[in-house]
Amino acid sequence: MTPAATAPSAAPLLDVRGLGMRFSVKGGPFDRLLGRPRREVAAVDGVDLSVAAGETLGLIGESGCGKSTLARAILRLHEPTVGKVTFDGTDVTALGRDELTALRRRMQIVFQDPYASLNPRKSVEQIIALPLRVHGLAKGRAARDRVVETMEAVGLRSAWLSRYPHQFSGGQRQRIGIARALVLNPDFVVCDEPVSALDVSVQAQIIDLLAKLKRELGLTYLFISHDLAVIGHVSDRLAVMYLGSVVETGPTRAVLARPRHPYTQALLSAVPRVEGGGAARIRLAGDLPSPLDPPSGCRFHTRCPLAMPRCKTERPVLRPLGDGTSAACHLTETA
Amino acid sequence: MIETAPETLLSIKELRTCFPTRAGLVTAVDGVSLDVRAGECLGVVGESGSGKSVTFSSVIGLVRRPGYIAGGSVTFRGRELTALSPAELRAVRGREIAMTMQDALTALNPALTIEEQIVEVLLAHAVDLPRAGRKAEARRRAVDMLRLVGIASPETRIGDYPHQFSGGMRQRIMIAIALACRPMLLIADEPTTALDVTIQAQVLELIADLRRQLGMSVVLITHDLGVVAEYADRLAVMYAGQVVETGPTRAVLDSPRHPYTRGLLGSIPRLSDLDAPIRPIEGQAPELVSAGEGCRFASRCPMAVGACYARIDLVDVGPGRAARCIRALETAA
Amino acid sequence: MSAIPASPALRAAGPASPGRLGLQTFLANRMSLASAVIVLLILAAAVAAPLVAPHDPNETDLLRRLQPPAWLEGGEWSYLFGCDALGRDILSRIVFGARVSIFIGVAVVALATAIGIALGLAAGYLRGWTDIAISRVVDVLLGFPYLIFAIALMAMMGPGLQNIVLALVYKEWVIPCRVVRGETLAMRQTEFVEAARAVGATRGRIMFGEILPNILSPVIVVATIRMAHVIILEASLSFLGLGVQPPTASWGSMVADGRAFILDAWWVSTFPGLAILVLVLAINVASQGLRDAFDPKIND
Repeated sequence: MTPAATAPSAAPLLDVRGLGMRFSVKGGPFDRLLGRPRREVAAVDGVDLSVAAGETLGLIGESGCGKSTLARAILRLHEPTVGKVTFDGTDVTALGRDELTALRRRMQIVFQDPYASLNPRKSVEQIIALPLRVHGLAKGRAARDRVVETMEAVGLRSAWLSRYPHQFSGGQRQRIGIARALVLNPDFVVCDEPVSALDVSVQAQIIDLLAKLKRELGLTYLFISHDLAVIGHVSDRLAVMYLGSVVETGPTRAVLARPRHPYTQALLSAVPRVEGGGAARIRLAGDLPSPLDPPSGCRFHTRCPLAMPRCKTERPVLRPLGDGTSAACHLTETA
Repeated sequence: MIETAPETLLSIKELRTCFPTRAGLVTAVDGVSLDVRAGECLGVVGESGSGKSVTFSSVIGLVRRPGYIAGGSVTFRGRELTALSPAELRAVRGREIAMTMQDALTALNPALTIEEQIVEVLLAHAVDLPRAGRKAEARRRAVDMLRLVGIASPETRIGDYPHQFSGGMRQRIMIAIALACRPMLLIADEPTTALDVTIQAQVLELIADLRRQLGMSVVLITHDLGVVAEYADRLAVMYAGQVVETGPTRAVLDSPRHPYTRGLLGSIPRLSDLDAPIRPIEGQAPELVSAGEGCRFASRCPMAVGACYARIDLVDVGPGRAARCIRALETAA
Repeated sequence: MSAIPASPALRAAGPASPGRLGLQTFLANRMSLASAVIVLLILAAAVAAPLVAPHDPNETDLLRRLQPPAWLEGGEWSYLFGCDALGRDILSRIVFGARVSIFIGVAVVALATAIGIALGLAAGYLRGWTDIAISRVVDVLLGFPYLIFAIALMAMMGPGLQNIVLALVYKEWVIPCRVVRGETLAMRQTEFVEAARAVGATRGRIMFGEILPNILSPVIVVATIRMAHVIILEASLSFLGLGVQPPTASWGSMVADGRAFILDAWWVSTFPGLAILVLVLAINVASQGLRDAFDPKIND
């Protein structure tokens, strides 16, 4: 049995077990009809995660590691191929359409791209009120009041109700996206790279805002980013993903102070630091391997400076290492 | 002709570049003066709309229409670039100054192989190719360049198309094309923004290595202060079309004199100190259409006073340092 | 001079929907504006045909058989474009014929666009078997030559205004359907569609509420271009005698009627032919302007 990636004392708000997400690369039903073989990509491969109520779990990884796909599988925006997602005791993966719609009131998402995530043909009021209308929660005056209230909570002026997305800056648009996610009063919000597309000074504003909203509304976040410094600041615990799997997880400070997985070490050393210094840079050879044709054994062995013969054949599992951290690396056994 | 100091390779003086828009005339670059010295790496930092990219596309005469250079001078090794004909500029661009773009996928021609793209540049610009067997020699050099930028088995991969390479590899190829004619100055516009952090490190190390090997100067345009801190000798911070602070990188980052530089540094999350609060700069950059005479940062500045709304020039604030702030010296540590 | 005259920035100037911005662009383009005016004038003439036409279009007068246009010898100013073989006023028949052309153009394109939007959205958004089924039908229909297909249908159903519309719609919906499907495929990947799914919006709401408003511009542009095409098709059918039946005036049948006299009385065919040309050209130029104004891909 794979040990739980995390072991919070109380039952977690969100619990993900063995989640897998496979895409067939070419062909739809027609190819199936003709019996063509399918090529599959395991975008997410057996991920275990849990998020306790009120905490922020940071999910970090480079592009193509499957972190966004994982988030969408958790919310069932993509149907996961295998595994189980439990939210507050409910098996999300087993829900029918109506029950799922009802649950969406409690699980929301903020997207990365503040330009693509807002419908350009809709006014701010229409965008933020959409969740209310979908769930039949408020109409007319009441809906507008709730929209205004939410706008003010995210730092938007209510005078902007009838404006269109193209009239806003990137940071303001991201606030609109946050308002849309929060208008239903959810418990759990996936923040999918919410600041990656923003300028540094605006990025700080949005990080600040998300922290404030979390405090005031008692939210739980799954915060996805490729930026280790951002994750370091916003998350209580973090999980590092590489090619579809979690390779290391644990309390943020513990992992950043003493990364155990060679990939986490390389990631940490690669971040350019304003203050200079930092650890000596670990150079990783080559690029991310294609998920279509993942390496045998440990998926990181093709780039790992510490790879051993065993890593080519045997896939390491996440192993708890005492201080609440776990890593999937053969080296941690002897360490 | 302006007499430039021997070590100055590129000198930009009071450059102004304008874009007519529906809302009015936007001065995207407003009185920018910068020097790039032989062999150095100058980091140019700013957020989107600060004019950092437009400044250097003006330098090499590639301002997108309907934009135009409205004033100022750009001298490269004693030659005034703004006075050159398009053909002369093209020659300078190929041989002496090279620029790489942020998005390597769209900057490379998807319909041509890597070989065709590098050889084309070499045939157009390399003056020292032998008359006989020009193409063979150009190809040999192209393979050498690809090897130099770290493409494995360049002899075979040179026949591939851009989409057959990963993002990091495409950025390397663009650098190979840029450096094919051994320019004296490489302008790298956000070379790593589209790349993952481990790949970013590879590309930046590559640029640093090549700079040492080829003895060229590099202008590193980026929004990432960390990148500048690690790779640039000197630093220029731009805001709303103007240079607000320049100086040796470490000196500026350790004791910034302009409130914007300070704000920028305060808003970056730092790995070395997870307890340090992130302090955002409130508000947003001004619309350039309505930018007036005074300090453009004044509306967001915690130190602004009445005098900030009058014309403000860059003032010396230390050895090799300047800041566009009337209160710069008060904050000297 | 470094101070820039501070004109009020458009961005700050209150709500401006993307549609309104497009309209402003369209109105600034004189060629397409002029074309739109021509289309509207022809439309107005067709609607008010009994008031505009100087004569009854079906009133025959054998004394005026093949009477030349007014400016030629033997012409009369009250019969501006002359008369046809039955002595009917050509101008009046053109004015009434515009009703047929425009009615068929509008009806066919409106029906075809409605069907095309529904099926294109379904194919593009639902994918899977729905997409395969719709796309195969589209491919098969595209394989038939349009005019021959329409001729075969007309031969089966018999002539008549309603049948012309049906015969043309049978194939015409394929065009908007393909456009809508393609645009929908691009739209379903966008984050705002994903956001709508994330809040639990139904498929119907996403297709018609979120996606449709964003793909309407290209659909409208295609519809106007197709309208010109359909008008030519109707004229072709009528020319072949499969369209509107005599004595109802239709531009296509008027051109056909004049065929026999083209050497002696060129005006019988030429003026209805010119009418087709002017209307189709005006619609095309106007739709060109519409596309420039509303297609975001060109706007950026």
